[in-house]
Amino acid sequence: MEDLLRLANKNYKSRLIVGTGKYKDFRETQKAIEISGAEIVTVAVRRVNITDPNKENLLDYLDPKKYTILPNTAGCYTADDAIRTCRLAREAGVGNMVKLEVIGDEKTLFPDIPATLEAARTLVKEGFVVLPYVTDDPVTAKKLQEMGCAAVMPLAAPIGSGLGIRNPYNIRIILEQATVPVIVDAGVGTASDAAIAMEMGCDGVLMNTAIAGARDPILMAEAMKLAVEAGRKAFLAGRVVKKLYATASSPLDGILG
Amino acid sequence: MIVHINGEKKEIAADLSLAQLLQELGIHPGRVVVELNRAVIARGSYDTTFLKEGDNIEIVHFVGGG
Repeated sequence: MEDLLRLANKNYKSRLIVGTGKYKDFRETQKAIEISGAEIVTVAVRRVNITDPNKENLLDYLDPKKYTILPNTAGCYTADDAIRTCRLAREAGVGNMVKLEVIGDEKTLFPDIPATLEAARTLVKEGFVVLPYVTDDPVTAKKLQEMGCAAVMPLAAPIGSGLGIRNPYNIRIILEQATVPVIVDAGVGTASDAAIAMEMGCDGVLMNTAIAGARDPILMAEAMKLAVEAGRKAFLAGRVVKKLYATASSPLDGILG
Repeated sequence: MIVHINGEKKEIAADLSLAQLLQELGIHPGRVVVELNRAVIARGSYDTTFLKEGDNIEIVHFVGGG
């Protein structure tokens, strides 16, 4: 049976979700996303520059028929602003799935948990498919899944930090109790970080800076695709138990006397 | 009359529809979403939405983001 990521009644072959920020230009964005194999891409909602509106549009480079566009609420510091942003995004006609993030602190970009819960509750009620960015807190993750979020997205480390999974034990607890997909969102730095998340049994990984900020974003996009696939396969295969002492791989019988 | 568009004061003709405003600004309506006084305006009703003095208009689109 094919191993697919099921999100809000839709199946995805790729378990890598990528952002579209920080690239040199839209052409590089397009190429990196294509190489990454991602089928879901995040975008931000921002004011049009009304004095120079004819600049190229991101969606000219990302066909919404080919990709699931996942608008985020990045930059929102209150539940109201996040809800407002989601309502606007929905009117753009790319579906009703949103990446909810309500930021609580400028320096760490950690989420404001009470505001995230408040916004999630309203958005679920309004029929949105809500994918919330949260700290690696099992209690919050549980509350979000119980209120009807389609996934929970605990951070590995602060957004853009590249530190990798800082608290694998909390992620394990979140996974153990999960009734919805768990997608590690933010803080991944390199391929092994993504592979570790997948080996632990996470359902997906969401990243932006790790690819866009690499010296060669296109090559890193490929590395991440392979890392997520390798990690997933290793998880499904079931790793050997760690032991302190050696176990020989070659037969002990028939050794020359 | 004076309205606010994306936080900036703008002088526009009276009785302008939203569709006309977008046209005047040179904005392709298919790539943006508009909010008028905090309410999202359905894309199909730009022609029948008329602006009045003091309106707050937000015109947004998708940009690169994580």
